[in-house]
Amino acid sequence: MSQDPARAHDPAQAHDPARALTSAPVLDVDPLIDDPETRIVVCCGSGGVGKTTTAAALGLRAAERGRKVVVLTIDPARRLAQSMGIDALDNTPRRVKGVDDSADGELHAMMLDMKRTFDEVVEAHADRERAATILSNPFYQSLSAGFAGTQEYMAMEKLGQLRARGEWDLIVVDTPPSRSALDFLDAPKRLGSFLDGKLIRLLTAPAKLGGRAGMKFLNVGMSMMTGTLGKLLGGQLLKDVQTFVAAMDTTFGGFRTRADATYKLLQAPGTAFLVVAAPERDALREAAYFVERLAAEDMPLAGLVLNRVHDSGASQLSAERALDAAENLAEARIVDQVDGKAGLRNSPDTHGSSESPATETTAPEAPSPDAGSPAADRTTADGAGTDRTVEQLTAGLLRLHAERMRLLSREQRTRDRFAARHPEVAVAEVAALPGDVHDLAGLRDIGDRLAAGTSPTGAVRGEP
Amino acid sequence: MSRFQVVSGKGGTGKTTVAAALALALATEGKRTLLVEVEGRQGIAQLFETEALPYEERKIAVAPGGGEVYALAIDPELALLDYLQMFYKLGGAGRALKKLGAIDFATTVAPGLRDVLLTGKACEAVRRKDKRGQFVYDHVVMDAPPTGRITRFLNVNDEVAGLAKIGPIHNQAQAVMRVLKSPETAVHLVTLLEEMPVQETADGIAELRAARLPVGRIVVNMVRPAILDEADLLLAREAPRTAIAKSLSAAGLGGARRGGLAERLVDPLLAQADEYAERYTLESEQRAVLQDLDLDLHELPLLAEGMDLGGLYHLAKELRQQGIS
Repeated sequence: MSQDPARAHDPAQAHDPARALTSAPVLDVDPLIDDPETRIVVCCGSGGVGKTTTAAALGLRAAERGRKVVVLTIDPARRLAQSMGIDALDNTPRRVKGVDDSADGELHAMMLDMKRTFDEVVEAHADRERAATILSNPFYQSLSAGFAGTQEYMAMEKLGQLRARGEWDLIVVDTPPSRSALDFLDAPKRLGSFLDGKLIRLLTAPAKLGGRAGMKFLNVGMSMMTGTLGKLLGGQLLKDVQTFVAAMDTTFGGFRTRADATYKLLQAPGTAFLVVAAPERDALREAAYFVERLAAEDMPLAGLVLNRVHDSGASQLSAERALDAAENLAEARIVDQVDGKAGLRNSPDTHGSSESPATETTAPEAPSPDAGSPAADRTTADGAGTDRTVEQLTAGLLRLHAERMRLLSREQRTRDRFAARHPEVAVAEVAALPGDVHDLAGLRDIGDRLAAGTSPTGAVRGEP
Repeated sequence: MSRFQVVSGKGGTGKTTVAAALALALATEGKRTLLVEVEGRQGIAQLFETEALPYEERKIAVAPGGGEVYALAIDPELALLDYLQMFYKLGGAGRALKKLGAIDFATTVAPGLRDVLLTGKACEAVRRKDKRGQFVYDHVVMDAPPTGRITRFLNVNDEVAGLAKIGPIHNQAQAVMRVLKSPETAVHLVTLLEEMPVQETADGIAELRAARLPVGRIVVNMVRPAILDEADLLLAREAPRTAIAKSLSAAGLGGARRGGLAERLVDPLLAQADEYAERYTLESEQRAVLQDLDLDLHELPLLAEGMDLGGLYHLAKELRQQGIS
């Protein structure tokens, strides 16, 4: 399928006459992280947008600007975790080495171990014997090992604990890669309402209510319900659940209270939310969703961090002109000498790799005859450099530029769409890096880019 | 080709897009596929540019050659009520359970029940036959949870079967597991040519294999076009800037002399080539890592204009040409 019908489907091109065009206010992160009133920064957003990296970079920057910071990460990439010295999962904040402490700041980091956190909650609130009963309960073991909601709940629980310890003046939190970015707001309430709710009373009813006169009618209804549940779940699971619930209930009923307290903490003036996204349609749609939800919950939004934004130092040259110019060079070349591959491949009207070497590639190591892929091993001893002219190179540079310019306009369209929907949201753009970040220097670089707010023209032209 | 195709991948790699393209690709020649969504995100509706999907199988696309793609957004709450109704005729009791918060409990916090319901419903669609004894769907494609959770998600039935040692949930969980661990199922992983998604793919494959779940193929998504090759990059490092300026000028982009329009393009264009070179090296390394995993590898191009319905058909065609169906 050619691009043309695709273009006609694009709503941004079809009807988006009043483009806001980067009129969004710029998010300045330095005043935010420098302000002693800012005690918690929550980074949220959909998966794969660089949330963890943003949280770590912000934490490092705040520490090097003089604050005592702890970064709570949920599921960091291995090398990033190693670079911060938190690859050992022990649920305790560790001081990060290699941080510039000339401004008297400190950086601590930890990776959430949700099962350990849950265990700690139990141990902190139950006497030893009862804690042992709970910890060995099969139902508890499944619940704590990470089913829907537990990770979100425990992230918030850990945040509450870190805040209560009062050892840090800034806590930066990464949020779990949930199926929806909103889960961590909902999960604590859900778990809380379950553990405090009617169902619990129902499940524990036979034990608690048995014998009390006046409750007889209720009790009959409840036995019937538990009978049904028993039929569904199997009697033994129901018994596990009942034992678990009874143990939890009598030791610390206040799950909901804790959930509410954490929730209030998120609404408190010292908290700032940063929604993290990339300039892609899905990520920004999630971001818009999140912005709306935060407003509805009275949660203070500081702004949007837009990662992986591209730029070009030659933006005065449009994609169309660049392609025309490349075409001119290619034509001159064809007249000159029939080459048959370099000039014509990746003609601008196709996707470039529509004849990608993956076609029919079932054996991954089969050498591909197509020169259009970096995978193809075509640097034969005498092939490289000798038959390549400056004209061919220039044509390639121009095609590369055209691709960049198309990417820029696509990113601009998605950003404009977001800005039109939420013109009030301040945005900090972070210029794209060619590779991943896995050391403090990389995080520092991200922090600099983040603080710059807008990607200055040419900022992407990093040294190779 | 397995009848149940599960598509997972790290967040941001475009697994919903790949799942949808796969459903289209498999629906050729009059076949019928069901595309299933389990995370309540309505990603399928957005991709096919239709209104939000209800908890109901509905036709959303026609594939080239007359095939049909149906879609279903599985809602765990409704799936549970459905299930109660189907097996226990618990209409009234179901409502009472809902009122008590039991349904909410079962579908949000109860260990694994939510996942059991989701995989259970998908497996039911895989096994469903019409009156003539033919399978209703030739293939069922699931847009599954991300790589980090996929093994747990699929394997939860094992755990539940252990937790609920007897009773209907136990039986149901075991029946689902029989489908999931058979050659009827294939779990595909979507990745990008970047370090983190590739690492996660390798880890995910190891986990799936350890759980004896059938690993299918790797789909590398959003592959950028190869524009410069190594000879170009070598020349870019060595060619005199003035020669490039002259060449740009010859192509009609202004003066080649210092300060001329063409001359001023040289630095930024070479900077872009440097970046390209860096990415090219990283991508080659990641591609080699993926090739070492010894699975069928497919590559889908990055669509210059972004993802839309036209692009989806284009990707489906790519998958067909690459022999995925």
